[in-house]
Amino acid sequence: MSPKTRLVLGRYSREAKEWPSCPLSLLPEEILRRSMDVGVVSDEGERAATYLQIDHSVVLQAVQEAFKGKIEVMSTRDALERYSWLRDYWWRLVRADADDYTRLADSLWDQGYFIRVFEGEKVILPLQSCLFMSTENINQNVHNIIIAEPRSEAHIITGCTVHPNVHSGLHVGVSEFYVKEGAKLTFTMIHSWAREVEVRPRSAALIEDDATFISNYVSLKPVKSLQMYPTAYCRGEDSRVSFNSIIYGVGESKIDVGAKVVLQGEGSRGEVVSRAVATDKAQIYVRGFLLGEHEESRAHLECRGLLLSDEAMIHAIPELLAKVKGAELSHEAAVGKIAEDQILYLMARGFSRDEAESLIVNGCQHTGAPGEAQQGHQEDDRRNDPWSTINR
Amino acid sequence: MDILRVENLNVEVSGRTVLKNVSFSIPEGEVHVLFGPNGSGKSTLIKTILGFPGYKVLSGSITFKGKEITDMPTDERVKLGIGVAFQNPPAVMGVKLGDLLKEMMRDGEEAERRISTLLKELNFPRNFLTRDVNLGFSGGEIKKSEILQVLAQDVDLMILDEPDSGVDVENLQVIGEVLSRRLKGRSALLITHLGYILRYVDADVAHVLIDGRIACSGSALRILGQILKEGYSWCEKCPRVKGLRCEGFL
Repeated sequence: MSPKTRLVLGRYSREAKEWPSCPLSLLPEEILRRSMDVGVVSDEGERAATYLQIDHSVVLQAVQEAFKGKIEVMSTRDALERYSWLRDYWWRLVRADADDYTRLADSLWDQGYFIRVFEGEKVILPLQSCLFMSTENINQNVHNIIIAEPRSEAHIITGCTVHPNVHSGLHVGVSEFYVKEGAKLTFTMIHSWAREVEVRPRSAALIEDDATFISNYVSLKPVKSLQMYPTAYCRGEDSRVSFNSIIYGVGESKIDVGAKVVLQGEGSRGEVVSRAVATDKAQIYVRGFLLGEHEESRAHLECRGLLLSDEAMIHAIPELLAKVKGAELSHEAAVGKIAEDQILYLMARGFSRDEAESLIVNGCQHTGAPGEAQQGHQEDDRRNDPWSTINR
Repeated sequence: MDILRVENLNVEVSGRTVLKNVSFSIPEGEVHVLFGPNGSGKSTLIKTILGFPGYKVLSGSITFKGKEITDMPTDERVKLGIGVAFQNPPAVMGVKLGDLLKEMMRDGEEAERRISTLLKELNFPRNFLTRDVNLGFSGGEIKKSEILQVLAQDVDLMILDEPDSGVDVENLQVIGEVLSRRLKGRSALLITHLGYILRYVDADVAHVLIDGRIACSGSALRILGQILKEGYSWCEKCPRVKGLRCEGFL
C-alpha cells in the first residue's frame, strides 16, 4: 500500500472476515432485515437476479432459472477472469486516477458486481444487489460494471447499508454504466448508512443511440459524509438520461450530491431532478451541471430543497454551459423553509400542523415522472392515481 | 338553531383593525351571502373564522354549532365541520390532489366512489388527481379543485370564497349547477364580489361588508339588485357603516 493510499484510508481497517456463500434466507436476521430496508426482497424468486456482497466477500450471485441466457450477474473479479474484452470497459468512464478515492478503489479493490443484459432481452423482473458493511470501521471498495446490450431493458435495484452494530466505515463505490443502442436501463440506488460512515460513489454512464438511462437515488438516513457526482455522457443520437435524487439530511450529515449531463449526440436529452430535505444540523449541497455540446440537444435541471431546522443548510449549485448555439439548457431551484400559507391551507383541510408539514415534506421527496417518460404521461397518471381502482 | 354565530367581532391584522363589530348568524340549513367591495374584509372574516394566525381577535366571539371556537386551533375547527373553498389557494408542490383527498377522507371505497361522482359532476378531468395541488391550474381549475375538496370534506358549514371570480362562462355554469344541487338544505356562506353565482344558487340572506362593518343584511336578491344598480357606493352611504343602526332590507 502506497503512503498516499495509506493516508486516504486513514483510520479505516482492511480487516474483514470471510463470508461463505449463502442464499438470502440463511443470512443472519439483522443483515437480512437491514438489506430489506434498502430494497432487497428476501424472496429471490421475485427478482431476476441477486448479488450480495458483505464487506469484501461475495455471498450470493444468482440468476433465476427463467432469466438464464438473458442476463449475467457475477462479481467483477469473476467477470474479468472470464471475459478478456471486459478490460475495455474497466476504468473507461471513470478514471482510476480521478481522485484519492478512485485511486483507493484501484489499489484496494474489493469486487463489486458485473451485470450484463443480453441484446434484445427485456427483463420483466428487477435485478437486485446489496453492498453490505458488517464490520465496524471497515473500508469497502467496490467496482461495478453494468452493460445493457442493444435493445435490452432492465431495472436494477441496489441497496447499500451497514449492520446495526456498525457506526463507522468508508465505502467507495465505482460504477460504470454502458447503455447500448436502443437499450433502456433504470438504476435505483438506496442508501442507509450510519452516523460515522463516509461514502464516496464514483459513477459514470455512456448512453448510445436511442438509449435511455434513468438513475434514481435515495438517501434518508444519517451519514457522516456523502459525496457523489455521477456523469452521464449522452453520446448517441436521441440518447436520454434522467437523474432523480431524494436526500433527507439528518443529524450532522454532510452531503454533497449532484449529477453532470454531457449532451454530445444529436437530439440528446437530459434531466436532473433533486429533492432535498435538511433537518437538525445537516448540510446538503445539491449540484447539477448541464453541458451542451451538440446544437440539437436539451436538458433541464430542477432542485427543490426544504429546510426544517435553523441550524441546517441547503446550498443549490446549478451550472449550465452551452458550447454550441442551439443547445437548450434550463434550470429552476427553490430552497427554503416550508411556506406558512401552505401549512395553513392544509390545516384548513383538517390536518394538524405536524401532519401538514409531514405531507409537504413527503411531497417534496416525490420526484415525479422522469422527463423522457413524459410520452407515456397518461399511463403514468393512471399508475399514480390513488383512486385508480374504481371504475370510471 | 344557528350553525354559525359571529358576535361583535373586532379583528386586527398587522396592527390594523380590519373587522369592526361584525355580527351575523347563519341558521342551520340556510345559505347566506357576503357581499363587499375589494378590501372590505371578506377574506379576513373567513380566515378569522378558520382561526388562522395573524388574525387577532380583539373582542367578540365565534360560535359554531353552539360551541365557542374563538380560540380553537384551525384543524380542530375544521374537524368540527367547517370547510372553506379558498379564492386564491397556494400551490403545494409535490402533494398530489388525489393523495390530499385520500388523506382527508380516510374512508376507503366509499370515499373513492364519492370522488368519482364529484369529478363527473364538476367535469373535472381525472388526471388532475395526479397533479400537484393547484400547481399550474387555471382559474377555473382552481375553483373546481377547491369545490371538489370542500365537498369531499362533507362538512356542516361550507364557506365558498369567490367561487365565481376568474371563471369563464362555461365553467361558471358547471360550478353554479353543482353548487345549486349540493347546497340545497345545507348551511353555507357564499362570498361574492360580482354576484354571478347567485344566478344558480338560491341564497336566503345576504350581508354587506363595507370597510370592516356589516352595513346591512337582508334578502340576497334585493341587495344584489341594489348593488348592481348603484354599486357599493350605495352601501357606503348606509348609516350603519358610520356606526349607526340600519335595518337595510330586512
